[in-house]
Amino acid sequence: MFKSANVLIKPILASAVVATTIFLSGTEVNAQSAQATPAVSKPKPYMNMGRNATPAEVAAWDIDVRPDFKGLPAGSGSVAKGQELWEKQCASCHGTFGESNEVFTPIAGGTTKDDIKTGRVASLMSDKQPQRTTIMKVATISTLWDYVHRAMPWNAPRTLTVDETYSLVAFMLNLSEVVPDDFVLSNKNIAQVQGMMPNRNGMTQKHGLWTVKGTPDVKNTACMANCAQHVAIGSVLPDYARNAHNNLAEQNREYGPYRGVDTTKPPVAALPSSGMMMVSTASAAPKAVGPADLFKKENCSACHAPAAKLVGPSIADVANKYKGVANAQAMLEKKVKAGGAGVWGAIPMPAQTQLSDADNKILVQWMLNGGK
Amino acid sequence: MNMSERSKTMQSLNTPNLIRKAPENFLSQEAIAQINQHGADETRRGFLRKSFMAALGGVGAAGSGLALANPQGDPAILEKQIWQTTLGKNVATEPYGTPSIYEKNLVRRESPGLTRVSAASVAFTPLQGLFGIITPNGLHFERHHQGWYNIDPNKHRLMINGLVKNEKVFTMNDLMRLPSVSRIHFIECGANTGLEWGNVAVPTVQYTHGMLSCCEFTGVPLSTLLDICGADLKKGKFILAEGGDGSGMTRTMSMEMALDDVMVAWAMNGEMLRPENGFPIRLVVPGVQGVSWVKWLRRIEVGDMPYATKDEAIHYIDLMPDGLHRQYTSIQECKSVITTPSGGQQLFDKGYYNVSGLAWSGRGKIKRVDVSFDGGNNWRTARLETPILTKALTRFNIDWVWDGSPTIMQSRAIDDTGYVQPTIRQLRAVRGTRSIYHNNAIQSWKVDTNGEVSNVQVG
Repeated sequence: MFKSANVLIKPILASAVVATTIFLSGTEVNAQSAQATPAVSKPKPYMNMGRNATPAEVAAWDIDVRPDFKGLPAGSGSVAKGQELWEKQCASCHGTFGESNEVFTPIAGGTTKDDIKTGRVASLMSDKQPQRTTIMKVATISTLWDYVHRAMPWNAPRTLTVDETYSLVAFMLNLSEVVPDDFVLSNKNIAQVQGMMPNRNGMTQKHGLWTVKGTPDVKNTACMANCAQHVAIGSVLPDYARNAHNNLAEQNREYGPYRGVDTTKPPVAALPSSGMMMVSTASAAPKAVGPADLFKKENCSACHAPAAKLVGPSIADVANKYKGVANAQAMLEKKVKAGGAGVWGAIPMPAQTQLSDADNKILVQWMLNGGK
Repeated sequence: MNMSERSKTMQSLNTPNLIRKAPENFLSQEAIAQINQHGADETRRGFLRKSFMAALGGVGAAGSGLALANPQGDPAILEKQIWQTTLGKNVATEPYGTPSIYEKNLVRRESPGLTRVSAASVAFTPLQGLFGIITPNGLHFERHHQGWYNIDPNKHRLMINGLVKNEKVFTMNDLMRLPSVSRIHFIECGANTGLEWGNVAVPTVQYTHGMLSCCEFTGVPLSTLLDICGADLKKGKFILAEGGDGSGMTRTMSMEMALDDVMVAWAMNGEMLRPENGFPIRLVVPGVQGVSWVKWLRRIEVGDMPYATKDEAIHYIDLMPDGLHRQYTSIQECKSVITTPSGGQQLFDKGYYNVSGLAWSGRGKIKRVDVSFDGGNNWRTARLETPILTKALTRFNIDWVWDGSPTIMQSRAIDDTGYVQPTIRQLRAVRGTRSIYHNNAIQSWKVDTNGEVSNVQVG
């Protein structure tokens, strides 16, 4: 039994030797691996671990699409169909024209007809463009196809069909004026469209950060004395940002030599002296858990923000809509538990069955009160 | 009193309010309340100083130690404390132990306004409160692209396919039977310190450098798995790693790297990975930015070209001044930072401090760390603590006697390739200010005359 297994793995061992050689050559720089590398014994007793994958299993999981379109399933989708889907499933986060900066960085914008000709996005060469959009950056159309199919929409990844994916990619490229309104993208013409990607020539792999042996591009020297006669401060945090990360006194220990600055107050006028260290800079009492914490803990904040519309309506919008509605509390409590769609758009809110009645009541009350 | 009542009583007594603090013995409650509310302004400070003099018979006697309010000595010693005179808690009161209640401030935090959606966000490690080189599991930084899960390990599989002799599937049972290794490595997000390319943007080391952690990982070398599957090393120059989460995170790496020291890990600091860090398995790619350490790893594909996935074609690409993006930037170059004292901390007194920090390099071991207390003009070499491991954090310490004058502190690491950590000016001269990723600049902390430490950039 064992012997036949050995015969079976002989061709594999040939490649194993190559692997071992490369692996061992790395140990000179890696003392940890030198100590920890398991002793090479022949034949390795664990070579039969794992089982062969079935073709159906590989097909189910091997979903990546490469720049040479290996892995791209056959199919097609129109700009028009893409727009329809976009408005239903994408616009709430990305904006009707892929321009929104509310939830994620914008998809479209910042590219020109000229860029489509040159394959280099001109606006990337100056500092004037305030934000980089997806289409400004991406060089490979396969990336768009792979990612939309793999991970979109945000709250229901891997639910788009192959044709739907083609149509959404077509629509995004139409927003960027790469393809016309009546375009139908397919596996047959996708290589042609690749030739029109605005930033297709905008990537470089010539740099020292790809491999461990790469050559660094920035050099410093280890000067020890009189290295910089003029030390000037070029940038500090503006005063208005003093408490922008909340009270730093509550983000450091309240004992020991390094306390946090109480950023709810202006800086102290002079050095306090060590006697002051015994005056606590922050309250040690644990903070009560409020509705806002509950809102985060129960993952409501994944889709609802205080003022801006995310996947779902903002807290402010909900409060406004139900202002003065008599049975709003009871009705919304029921809705939160059961989930539903239609009131605020097509994206459904999942049923929150895990939520206790008491917490549900608190959360709905808090939302109806505008998050206060 | 039964045991649970007793324990409750102890809990309520065991609050900081009842620990008698020196100033309370000679400052009125109102004065303390005022100081807590308004800070110590000059008038009250004058009063404080007088009180100290009355209590001590001269400021000089204070030294840097505890101000003795009672001439007999420190009440913390003279008075019996509740924990000395009552029975403590039972074993296994907390079956899985948690930090002291006095450590509640040291937690992972988000940077307000950095991201709009918490499921695709960052929670930073509180480096300002950590010691040594190991990050506690509950404080390891978090970065997810589509939220995190508790994946059922009985339903988790690792598939290896592509240019291999046998495309294979491994269960957790299979993986954990294989010959394992344990190694200590740092993990740093490529965007760590990314907010600071153009100017100072955040106040503390938690937010400037907190996408950094270091743990002992246990798992099976990826080379072993590729060996078992019979990877075609002639054609298969690249591998793709894919996560099992909704984002299906994917990253390319070279076969050379994959065979060097990459591992498929299930354990972190002696226990299974935390779900936020990829339970039940993640890739460990020593020296390479965190995005390549694919969590909830479900698939490895061997291929003959890079894959240009979303996180290597739209994000995690470094914009250069000429408008080109650098693609597949992976290595985290040599870097260091002083963690205490650091931005947002308050020194209370002049005198001696042990200045402490962390240094690391994605290309090997830390050889030396120098520290400057004058904004980079003069440098002294710090003590390196052991262990000094390749592609791991190294702790450094250096003595400092503060004379009370304004000070700008910096640390500068050198790795065993001879590479010297650059200044922000040197980085900007080559890479501009829009790169977002791979900012390994020397960090400056300014200590003001009032003892407040803040984040500044020099030059």
